[in-house]
Amino acid sequence: MEKVKKISVTGEGDILSPFNYIKRIFEFRNVLPFLANLSGALVALIILGFLLTLGAKSLEFAKNAGVANILRTTWNPIAEEFGGLPFIATTVLVSIIALGISVPFTLSVSIFIAEWKRKNMFFDVFNTALDLLSAIPSVVYGFWALFVLTPFIRILQLKLGYPPYGVGVLTAALVLAIMIIPFSVGISREVLKLVSSDIKEAGFSLGATEFEVTRVVTLPLAKQGIIAGFILALGRALGETMAVTMVIGNFNAFPKNLFSPSNTIASLIANQFNEAWGNHQSALILLGFLLFLITLIINLLGGVILRGAKHEL
Amino acid sequence: MDNVILKIRNLNFYYQNHKVLHSINLDIPENNITAIMGPSGCGKSTLLRTINRMHELTHGTTVEGEILLKNLNIMDIPAEELRTRIGMVFQKPNPFPHMSIYDNVIAGYILRGIKLHKNQKDEIVENALKSVGLWEEVKDKLFKRGTFLSGGQQQRLCIARALAMKPDIILLDEPTSSLDPLATSVIEELLVKLKKDVTILVVTHNIAQASRISDYVAFLYLGELLEFGLSEKVFTTPKNAKTEEFLSGKFG
Repeated sequence: MEKVKKISVTGEGDILSPFNYIKRIFEFRNVLPFLANLSGALVALIILGFLLTLGAKSLEFAKNAGVANILRTTWNPIAEEFGGLPFIATTVLVSIIALGISVPFTLSVSIFIAEWKRKNMFFDVFNTALDLLSAIPSVVYGFWALFVLTPFIRILQLKLGYPPYGVGVLTAALVLAIMIIPFSVGISREVLKLVSSDIKEAGFSLGATEFEVTRVVTLPLAKQGIIAGFILALGRALGETMAVTMVIGNFNAFPKNLFSPSNTIASLIANQFNEAWGNHQSALILLGFLLFLITLIINLLGGVILRGAKHEL
Repeated sequence: MDNVILKIRNLNFYYQNHKVLHSINLDIPENNITAIMGPSGCGKSTLLRTINRMHELTHGTTVEGEILLKNLNIMDIPAEELRTRIGMVFQKPNPFPHMSIYDNVIAGYILRGIKLHKNQKDEIVENALKSVGLWEEVKDKLFKRGTFLSGGQQQRLCIARALAMKPDIILLDEPTSSLDPLATSVIEELLVKLKKDVTILVVTHNIAQASRISDYVAFLYLGELLEFGLSEKVFTTPKNAKTEEFLSGKFG
């Protein structure tokens, strides 16, 4: 009897027949929490499964070739040389350069959006266009970079006396920068908007201009969240594959300079997974596993910082 | 009547198409406390924000008429400079959460990029904190964040921050409405003490508070100034029937 009362809808202690009791259990609002928990568990399981399969294949490489081999510098699958260090280095390098290029744009665009008072059509169009940037497929970015960006890079390379490849680390970093801007802007404009107008008004009431309030009050208060946005954008940049693969030049060595062709982990895998077997395949998987771990850590870190920032504001 | 520091002449205020203030005429006497009271939504805060041109931060506002600060039209003074001469304290204490108590006091200088010598800064901080009676309470924790203080202390810190700019007038927008009675009375006593150095204009919907601290009182109703005069006169023998109703608590 007690149990029946517990799930009564009206709260007036209506007693249900066993049939209605069972019917109620399967009612949407009772099933919903169960479904939600199940989906949550599923997500965790998928991540776990990912880690397990990648980990198992990576262990295979460790057993057959020795895990230290991945940290060498020569990649030559035919000679069974699987040195992944150049790709790890290029992945980090390209992402950091991209992030560096995106920082001033992200900051100015998100301040503009967050502080712009007059909400008119121009503002809406601008805001929507920015969101649309993140909807453009990666392959389209790559295509665009290949046909629009590379000719300019070639001109620059000729001017500076480098071989005019057009493709390379800088080209990849440029397209990557454009790709992550909407992502980091999305986070920093949200954090900037969280800075209470009470605090900003205090700044104005002391005779500060809008620029001074932004510089001395808003930005320092939103700093943590903006940094979190950059870290999360870095996480995206590290794993970005298609566009990078199309313009990085796919050369399996350390880049010698900003214009050198090279390969990131992601572009290496995209290029070679099709023709890889045996140790070659497990070396690629180990590299993928490393990339996964790096982005996982970066994303967790970004998430924790962002949560802290929102909590403080 | 005392020396008039601020003259408001035929002031109309519009928010989009809505008329908020109807031809306000008001003379604010120097070194006195003038209270503006009235029921909520009557335009008290709007009037206050027009005086230091804070209304310009809100899009869609229009002002007609003029406000003269020491016979100078405030529209002829750059808004930023005007706001250093007419300070403001808000309803909710709003010290800058990322700044120390020390930096909060000199925040106006930091914001405006005015470089000061260490001893100049020390002097401004000490004087401002002393004048709001906060110095003894915080002198050992000047470099702790201002947000660690109690609500009443935070509000006094905000008053110190406004005073540090050496303004002619400070505007207070219901400065005690979020404070407990004890902190309220501390602030009230403080304002009475401060009026010899600075003209004080305080908005309140608390009639008792207005009667306790103000020398002059203005009664605003539905955007119109219905009555203005010496507090003792207005509170004992109001001329306007609406004022009397308000004072006797018939609405509020």
